[in-house]
Amino acid sequence: MARDTRTAALALHRFGLGPRAGLIEAIASDPQGALIADLDRPSAGLVAAAGLRNSGAANRAVFEYNAERAAKEKLERRRREAAPKVAENAGMETNMAAQPDTPPAMATQSEPVPLPRQIFLDEARARFDTAVGAEIGFVERLVWFWSNHFCVNADATVMAGGYEREAIRPYVLGRFADMLLAAEGHPAMLLYLNNAQSIGPNSVAGINRDRGLNENLAREILELHTLGVRTVYSQTDVTNFAKILTGWTIRETASDPDHGGEFVFLRRAHEPGAHNVIGHDYPDVGVEQGRAVLSDLAHHPATARHLTTKLARHFVSDEPPPALVDRLASRFLETDGDLKEVARALVAAPEAWTSERTKIKRPAEWITAGLRAIGRSGDINRIVGALNLLGEPLWRPPAPKGFSDDSAAWLDGLGQRLAIANTFAQRVADQLEPQALTETVIGPLASAETREAIQRAESKPQALTMLLMAPEFLRR
Amino acid sequence: MPATLAAPTRRALLLGSGALLSYAYLPRTASAEPRDPRFLAIVLRGGLDGLAVVAPVGDPDWRKLRGDKALTVEGASPVLPLDDFFALNPAMPNLHRLYRAGQALVVHAVATPYRERSHFDGQDVLESGLPGPGATDTGWLNRALSTLTAGGSAAAQVQRAFAIGPITPLVMRGPAPVLSWMPPRLAPVGDDTMMRLLDLYRHTDPTFAGVLEEGIGVATIARAGGMDAKPADGTPAVQTGGITQVRAYFAEAAGTAAKFLGRPDGPRVGALSLNGWDTHINEGADKGRLADLLGALDGAIGAVESGMGAAWPDTVVALVTEFGRTARINGNDGTDHGTATAALFAGGALKGGRVVADWPGLKDADLHDKRDLKPTTDLRSVMKGLLRDHLRVDGRRLEAIVFPDSDAARPIGGLLT
Repeated sequence: MARDTRTAALALHRFGLGPRAGLIEAIASDPQGALIADLDRPSAGLVAAAGLRNSGAANRAVFEYNAERAAKEKLERRRREAAPKVAENAGMETNMAAQPDTPPAMATQSEPVPLPRQIFLDEARARFDTAVGAEIGFVERLVWFWSNHFCVNADATVMAGGYEREAIRPYVLGRFADMLLAAEGHPAMLLYLNNAQSIGPNSVAGINRDRGLNENLAREILELHTLGVRTVYSQTDVTNFAKILTGWTIRETASDPDHGGEFVFLRRAHEPGAHNVIGHDYPDVGVEQGRAVLSDLAHHPATARHLTTKLARHFVSDEPPPALVDRLASRFLETDGDLKEVARALVAAPEAWTSERTKIKRPAEWITAGLRAIGRSGDINRIVGALNLLGEPLWRPPAPKGFSDDSAAWLDGLGQRLAIANTFAQRVADQLEPQALTETVIGPLASAETREAIQRAESKPQALTMLLMAPEFLRR
Repeated sequence: MPATLAAPTRRALLLGSGALLSYAYLPRTASAEPRDPRFLAIVLRGGLDGLAVVAPVGDPDWRKLRGDKALTVEGASPVLPLDDFFALNPAMPNLHRLYRAGQALVVHAVATPYRERSHFDGQDVLESGLPGPGATDTGWLNRALSTLTAGGSAAAQVQRAFAIGPITPLVMRGPAPVLSWMPPRLAPVGDDTMMRLLDLYRHTDPTFAGVLEEGIGVATIARAGGMDAKPADGTPAVQTGGITQVRAYFAEAAGTAAKFLGRPDGPRVGALSLNGWDTHINEGADKGRLADLLGALDGAIGAVESGMGAAWPDTVVALVTEFGRTARINGNDGTDHGTATAALFAGGALKGGRVVADWPGLKDADLHDKRDLKPTTDLRSVMKGLLRDHLRVDGRRLEAIVFPDSDAARPIGGLLT
């Protein structure tokens, strides 16, 4: 096969996480083949999770941590109230130690990071190490896509990172029905979309506690996760599905130190009886009642169209070619929702390669591509901080719909990207060769104007800033 | 070419309170003397227009060359006279005050041995101290320190090399361990970077160009691009450098360096870089971008003076750039990459109040390649003189290790009190 560096560069920017040194050349003989090979790796989609807690364990550890901290604070308050003078003296010493006119201290003992933050950072580090270190990054992009599709929010739960590893990654090249089941039944999702508190009004718990339904999860499953908004379901379907999902909840941590925070089906809270969802009656068989609905939803043609439209929009174009969506949706239905086959079909589709490079890399893609370009793994605190500034805070989407995939949504952040590129470049550019780096990163795609702008920069940091901000690097 | 000058540094990263440090110690010079010298190198990246900083107002060809862009004694912003031939840009009253007090010195028509016009290579030659680019990963200032280690007494008081900023400038990298400090804020996005990017977008990506224009506001564009426009309403969405931020950054970075160097137990030698001197468009030497930047630099010099405190009489600050700019103004009211320029020195240890120059003249035939100020002094000669007389670097090591292959550039003596 002829060498095609332009297609290779497109493959890495559009479907992967950006070129690393020599990678464009390395895959130029068969760019599509390189993407397929990424799907075929034995442990594709998984992260090296050594030392990371599973969701339940993280939940329990934080529960204990918070309890201990509360106790410690209470003890300290008691002590202060008993001996107020000692506390005052301690405060004075602190003031005397600080001398505002001297340069900052060379090093200080930093506060220990609170456990919830530590868990978040460890998960974030594992995610970005995987992304920056990935050979191609196509599968990681799929993980990010599906994680955003089934998003949860780290403000609602300490389990956001564990959720991605447990409910998304194992299924990203498997069947959609399995991922759907894993995501909707995961404690992080049940907490985020309030199903953990949803109680059947006619269940034992509902009658005793005068509590009732919460439709949030049922609605978002139909509207966002499967069929798509304004498709084939009605409000009655939402309510009935919510009833079916009652009892899908989480074990209490205080009373269950071994399994607190894990999924449990609580029959006591489950609305009894058969219910109809989009034309099907589902008999009350406990937890299997909800599973049966999810399975049917996973195979619905509306779901196939909804998902593949999103997939094409994410990877290819804000307005994906209808022929491409048709191709992907057919493949989805033909293969019983085999996501690996759908990913293959995406790579094989000619429309996926002929669309203009108008999409803007999402902030996490852009940051990852920048780190891959210069061959560094990056400091996780800085990465997380940059994502916050760029409007894509990790695992903190603005709504259950996830972060937008419209390029227009990310245009406004251009100035912030410049500020971050400028800072980043000052930190790292000194040891780089701007022209060689340009070849590594955007070589076959680079316009004469971009090359000239980089070459004429007054300093290496300015040159790297121009490269990171070049349309060829920002767009894919 | 020297054998190998590169050596691994013991850079250990300790994170805390925003500081990025690596420690190391250098024995002080063996010779017992009352002076305890401080040396701070400030690299001005981008190519400083030496003629716009120290103008040869006494040269009859000066006005012919620059026309209404020539700084003059009777101009709208009158220059600050240095002697009967040279005058200082009016944006630099601090430096002028020091000059008159004998604590500042200018070397004019000076250049490194580099004769091409690439910033990256020019900076490499400036900082590495070698005749050509890409020859080593170490800088002359660090190697100068390493010679002191070798020659010093082990029991002597310790010293450290010091660098300000997220990355240690090449001039300060090398075998002698370096301590570095990260300012709490980094240099802001400069107007220059903004304008370059906007220019790129205008040619390649109109959507991005529109967003950037809207974001930075008309005021910034007008300031940097010389357009006649009114300030935009409201606060711009994008915080560009703006001269206020640049001023703050310059003063903070340089002032902090001086505070470290000024401490009795602090490092003795430091380096940092202040960027933004590549003035291709609307240079604005009297009023505009370059004047603003020079004002910020003047503020940084003031911050060094006060930061050094009692150590100022033992201080030399060297402000150097990779090359100068074209003698003539280009078609965009700016200047392009040139050759010779001015190097500025400040500090109480200097025998100042002088412009050291073997003036080449400004007639067509006098110019290098008929376009640039011709270099008549090798910057290495100045640096060799300073390192020898101020830091007491051994003469043979100066030639062999610090500035190899520079025999022709004899050290200039008598620069210090």
